[in-house]
Amino acid sequence: MAVEVQNKKLTSKDYATDQDVKWCPGCGDYSILKQVQTVFAELGLERDETVFVSGIGCSSRFPYYMNTYGVHSIHGRAPGFAAGIKAINPDLNLWLISGDGDSLSIGGNHFIHLLRRNIHLNLLLFNNQIYGLTKGQYSPTSEKGKITKSTPFGSVDHPFNPAALALGADSTFFARSIDRDPKHMREVLLRAEQHKGTALVEIYQNCNIFNDGAFFTFSDKSTKSDNVLVVKQGEPLIFGKENEKGIVLDGFTPRIVNINETSADDLWIHDETDRVKASILSRFFDDNANDENALPRPFGIFYSETRSTYEQEMLAQLDKHIESKGEGNLDSLLKGNNTWDIKGK
Amino acid sequence: MAADLEIKKDVTILFAGDSGDGMQLTGGQFTDTAAFLGNDISTFPNFPAEIRAPQGTVAGVSGYQLNFGSVNLYTPGDYCDVLVVMNSAALKANIHNLKKGGVIIANKAGFDKKNLRLAKYKDDSNPLEDGSLDNYKVHEVDVTKITKETLTNSGLSSKIIDRCKNMFVLGFLYWMYNRKLDNTIKFIETKFKGKKDIIEANIAVLKAGHNYGDTAETFTTRYEVKPANIAPGTYRNIIGNEATAIGLIAAAKKSKLDLFYGTYPITPASDILHTLSKHKNFNVKTYQAEDEIAAVCAAIGASFAGGLGITASSGPGIALKGEAIGLGVIFELPLVVINVQRGGPSTGLPTKTEQSDLLQAFYGRNGEAPMPIVAANSPSDCFFAAYEACRIALEHMTPVFFLSDGYIANGSEPWKVINSDDLDDINVNFAGPRNEEDEAFLPYKRNEKLVRPWAIPGTKGLAHRIGGLEKENETGNVSYDADNHQLMTDIRQAKIDKIADYIPLQTIDSGEEAGDLLMLSWGSTYGVVKTAVKIALKEGKKVSHVHLRYINPLPKNLGEILKRFDKIIVPEMNNGQLVKIIRAEYLAPAEGFSKVKGLPFATEELTAKINDTLSTVNA
Repeated sequence: MAVEVQNKKLTSKDYATDQDVKWCPGCGDYSILKQVQTVFAELGLERDETVFVSGIGCSSRFPYYMNTYGVHSIHGRAPGFAAGIKAINPDLNLWLISGDGDSLSIGGNHFIHLLRRNIHLNLLLFNNQIYGLTKGQYSPTSEKGKITKSTPFGSVDHPFNPAALALGADSTFFARSIDRDPKHMREVLLRAEQHKGTALVEIYQNCNIFNDGAFFTFSDKSTKSDNVLVVKQGEPLIFGKENEKGIVLDGFTPRIVNINETSADDLWIHDETDRVKASILSRFFDDNANDENALPRPFGIFYSETRSTYEQEMLAQLDKHIESKGEGNLDSLLKGNNTWDIKGK
Repeated sequence: MAADLEIKKDVTILFAGDSGDGMQLTGGQFTDTAAFLGNDISTFPNFPAEIRAPQGTVAGVSGYQLNFGSVNLYTPGDYCDVLVVMNSAALKANIHNLKKGGVIIANKAGFDKKNLRLAKYKDDSNPLEDGSLDNYKVHEVDVTKITKETLTNSGLSSKIIDRCKNMFVLGFLYWMYNRKLDNTIKFIETKFKGKKDIIEANIAVLKAGHNYGDTAETFTTRYEVKPANIAPGTYRNIIGNEATAIGLIAAAKKSKLDLFYGTYPITPASDILHTLSKHKNFNVKTYQAEDEIAAVCAAIGASFAGGLGITASSGPGIALKGEAIGLGVIFELPLVVINVQRGGPSTGLPTKTEQSDLLQAFYGRNGEAPMPIVAANSPSDCFFAAYEACRIALEHMTPVFFLSDGYIANGSEPWKVINSDDLDDINVNFAGPRNEEDEAFLPYKRNEKLVRPWAIPGTKGLAHRIGGLEKENETGNVSYDADNHQLMTDIRQAKIDKIADYIPLQTIDSGEEAGDLLMLSWGSTYGVVKTAVKIALKEGKKVSHVHLRYINPLPKNLGEILKRFDKIIVPEMNNGQLVKIIRAEYLAPAEGFSKVKGLPFATEELTAKINDTLSTVNA
């Protein structure tokens, strides 16, 4: 009699390890961990086929809390490990966890090269605009003039715009979400998991100890609706308390309009396959949120394209070479192409 | 008039010219032909860091020295018997390397006013005419002119014609040493396949050079160098970096793993990458990363996933990789780190040789991060040393340093072809899958070698986390416990020390088991130390030679060997690095003998040191 094996459906708790989570109480990281575990349960992803790789920083403790394979590596270098792992086993489900310091400062070089190579993985960039683990210095995404322990008179650095940087490095998938909107984050993570290639998700994450409220404009009820623009494929760009504001493109310049005074046909319709529009969207970043005509901050999938992955290309080249030359023979390699015989005297 | 034939035991030729003159190729061809005829050979290519330094200047001189003989040779020779110079700068750069009374073959066109000025000869004085070379036998040959005349009707451009002139020199040297042209003709036909006019031109010039010896009556003597007494068998020529690459492939094949080579181009290590990237049909995965750090991290990632992860560089790149190598140590994953050493510090002398990264290999990481170190002693030995480095990394789950250097990496020698069956097996066991009812997997539980299991992602029931934070014994969980840190530090050290049980005991390379003086060497100085000790032994001196392949851990019997000698000299191309280790480890009265010139030792330098030291022992 055949034994019926029933695969137990895993819950989000099954993806948690027995280790105590040691982030500060109230940290935005908890919300991200919860959503990742939720998405894993929802998709029934295999723990034994998954690897989480991180660098250094608060966010990079993440792998210790996921009951999968995990590598807590060194500062900024997670993309390097990813390349080696994928080259040896391209079937693994790979996730990279990083922060604004890890990916954009010490690991900036690896970050851009990962994006251009398009290794198949999900890269979650926890952006809290501050250095948390080293106790409160400004980061490459901190706004200019930021007062921190290392910049008592305000920082003089111009900050990175992660979306523009990623698109400039030919990222094949860029999305933005925020810790305080778990539902949105879940949707974005599901899409990222489906993307073949490097799916970069920037997550605005509140550091309640060293940079509390950095993104409250985008999460607080009183300011959110006027400052958050959730982009959805095929839908017009609309925001505002009453959904009364829309975006139109005047040439390459985005302008805010009152939708009641504009034809629906004139509104910008979101197309995540349009690189030029994604690029303009990435610049919804430069305005001061307090300005009356400030463009809202977009959330959702800015851009998504299909391009062959690095490991696909690498393995195809190997296969092609083996096909044309045959599997390598060690003895003929040892012998080389040019030998001579020495006879005994 | 037929020239006389004189028998020579060994001859050293130095080909020197502009870096665009094709001297490396000329020397390489002469080497292949000599090897083919059964001579023993040892070579030393010596070139500038700049790809095409200004033409005609001393800075742009590229040289290829080769020593071939009917006797066994272990060095490319201290001084050359024949110096071939394509221009006056090449003469200026190398005249001090020529034996008194040696032969100079000079390309006349390279000694015109312009060349003399570029080489900065005083008042454009021509050394071929001013008597400064009276101690040598000088042959002026108008190589450039004869090459042009030979190819007048070839229809080739004057630029291409000029590039054939090295073949004239080669043909002439073949005449001088009584060699046939077949081997090089075959080479030309392969190299320029499909370019009939170029093939014909090169062969015509090669023959012209050969004929020149017969027709120009100034050359009265030809030389014969008989085959050496080499063990019978099939031989090939091998360059050090090529041997390293093949050694890595062999180790991957024998361990049935995919080879992953993460690297960033750097002199003098890049040729390993060039060789490996040609052999993708061995499932070799080469990864030219964005920088040195990404390269080593990718190699560690590959090992984590179950591949043979390897990274390579030279000193400056190794410095960048330091943090990641330390991570490999605490991960306890296999990793081979290759350092093809060059002159330092900093960018130093990229194309010159040195052994000054030994202490970097020992200590160049933060924290207590011990690593095994294996060093190659000759171009062909790079194969065995690289293979051995992989074996230790895989069987002992640890990063391993493999040290080579510019001298052996670019040098070549004949190598008796081996069979893959003759290589030791490499045993790799991945941890097997587990079910939920099995006891929990402990990623840092060890076997009798103190080695932890290699649990690769994708294996059922083995999900675990590793990281750079100190880990609890057995579970691998993060631990800040004081006693645990001491325990883990001790275990990591004991694991490396224990490798001494799995490497061969040290043998004496030449000389007796005890005596007045022990020459203790490592790495690329092997050949020259062996040669100097051989000379001393012939003179009845009580000198012995011990050469180390395993530098960490050291062979278990080395301390006993050291005690049996009154004096110990450690010659090194650094300021005394191994000698520090030896003194610290054994409290032995070892003395260093240093040379830091970017050049290998000369035999006479070591002979003088041996004689000096013995005079104090015997006094």
